[in-house]
Amino acid sequence: MLDTLRRVPTPEGIELTLRLAGPVPRAYAFIVDLMIRGMIMLVIVQILAFAGRSGTGLFLIAYFAIEWFYPVLFELFWNGATPGKRAFSLMVVNDNGTPVTVGASIIRNMLRAVDFLPMLWAFGLLSMLFTRDFKRLGDLAAGTVVVYRDKPRRAGTMAQAAPRAPEYALTLAERRAVLDFAERHALLTEERADEVAAHAAPLVGKAREPAQVLLGIASHYGR
Amino acid sequence: MNQTQFETRHGARWLSFDAALKGLRRRGEAREEAARDWPREYRQLTHDLALAKSRAYSPELVDRLNLLALRGHQRLYGARGNLLAGMIEFIGGGFPALVRRESLVVWIACALLFIPMFGMIALLQHAPEWVHYFLAPDQLRSYEQMYSPANRSLGPRHNADSQLMMFGYYIWNNVKIDFQCFAGGLLFGLGSIFYMLYNGIQIGAVAGYLTQQGYITTFWGFVAGHSSWELIGAALSGAAGLKMGWALVAPGQMTRVYALKQAAVPAVRLLYGAAGMTFCAAFVEAFWSSISSTPFAVKITVGLVFWALFLAYFLFAGRGRDAH
Repeated sequence: MLDTLRRVPTPEGIELTLRLAGPVPRAYAFIVDLMIRGMIMLVIVQILAFAGRSGTGLFLIAYFAIEWFYPVLFELFWNGATPGKRAFSLMVVNDNGTPVTVGASIIRNMLRAVDFLPMLWAFGLLSMLFTRDFKRLGDLAAGTVVVYRDKPRRAGTMAQAAPRAPEYALTLAERRAVLDFAERHALLTEERADEVAAHAAPLVGKAREPAQVLLGIASHYGR
Repeated sequence: MNQTQFETRHGARWLSFDAALKGLRRRGEAREEAARDWPREYRQLTHDLALAKSRAYSPELVDRLNLLALRGHQRLYGARGNLLAGMIEFIGGGFPALVRRESLVVWIACALLFIPMFGMIALLQHAPEWVHYFLAPDQLRSYEQMYSPANRSLGPRHNADSQLMMFGYYIWNNVKIDFQCFAGGLLFGLGSIFYMLYNGIQIGAVAGYLTQQGYITTFWGFVAGHSSWELIGAALSGAAGLKMGWALVAPGQMTRVYALKQAAVPAVRLLYGAAGMTFCAAFVEAFWSSISSTPFAVKITVGLVFWALFLAYFLFAGRGRDAH
């Protein structure tokens, strides 16, 4: 849960948190973009079919422009996301969390050529798997990361239970984990919730319903 | 203070911060209104976020504040320059100044491209049969056809309406070579070195072979006009690749990734310039070089003038700004 977060210190002395996107959602986004580019090219081919040899030339120019500038233009002028990225709530930002700059966007997209090598984006995938922030080579050179575009969460999703003080004081990270559990409780079956809660053995002991114990502690710390 | 009190006390401020963020995207009065108190509101918000975190308020609240602060951070620190003004400044002096600053890699790249090229041309004058080590028979045949003095128009293909088509083809092909030379730099520079040598040898082999066959007016007349644009463009993109490759090989006191990031900035600026030149090369090639009615002497003269202009441009343009 915590290892896909990137913390960005700001000049105001606080830390902002970015949620990083891994290879799978990025691959989905890529496929959507590929299909969109393909459709644009199909339309262009239909139009240029009437223009004969000049049409072939215009087609090559259009293909070139779309292949190399489609991602750059969208990243710069559409909040850091191509349509594919937007469809999966992803966006490109600089390492420090600010919107991607012209130079960085061009670097990361020109270097797609290297990420593709030796075949089918193998270098890019390996690089994503071995770097801390799921960066492909283009991201490394440009100093960018792909993150989730967070939507405001709905309030009041926390499960309710009778407050219950834990037997010892929890650290901040532990409290946060307990509260996260309470917020996600609704998404789990009861058996699974108990199973997960049982991992917090020092807190829940040998209780029959460990999930309820954790929920109680959560509402103790919650409101 | 518990979370509910915290929210009631500051909630209104968070809403107004959100509204101000939206107001900043508009123009005119609404924007000025929103901008007036905005930086102070942002600092206040970061303070709230820090408090909410350290008091371990609910993740929902912390995430909400984090999202607000992140949007504020992006708004405040996300500077974006003027694209057009930047381009004019770059062409007017930034580019040649950059080439001079990176003269070491530029010279190496030129050597990697031009030495094999001229070497091949010279070699094939004395030992023409060597061409078979470098070019396949059907390649040779098609080059011979293209530049045969019997043709009415020069270069690959010769239909009147094919100029635009060849323009597209040249852009695609030549800029691809630039990108290969550049991107190959990420493989510790080896890719760049390979593509530079490879292209130098290929170009040299074709030029040497056709010269030896006596197609001098057709071949040299055709390539003279765009040769400077295209070859300098290729050399500079290779130089950009070498710059990145060298940062990976010898990062000095920095980590490799950090050294790469530092080198990528000038490298990509070199690449813009190189790609722009290659783009112009395609234009010259399709619409000037392919005209067969121009006399040979004029074509060669124009070619040489371009070379001289580029030399002067890279040596002297933008000298004043070197200081900063």
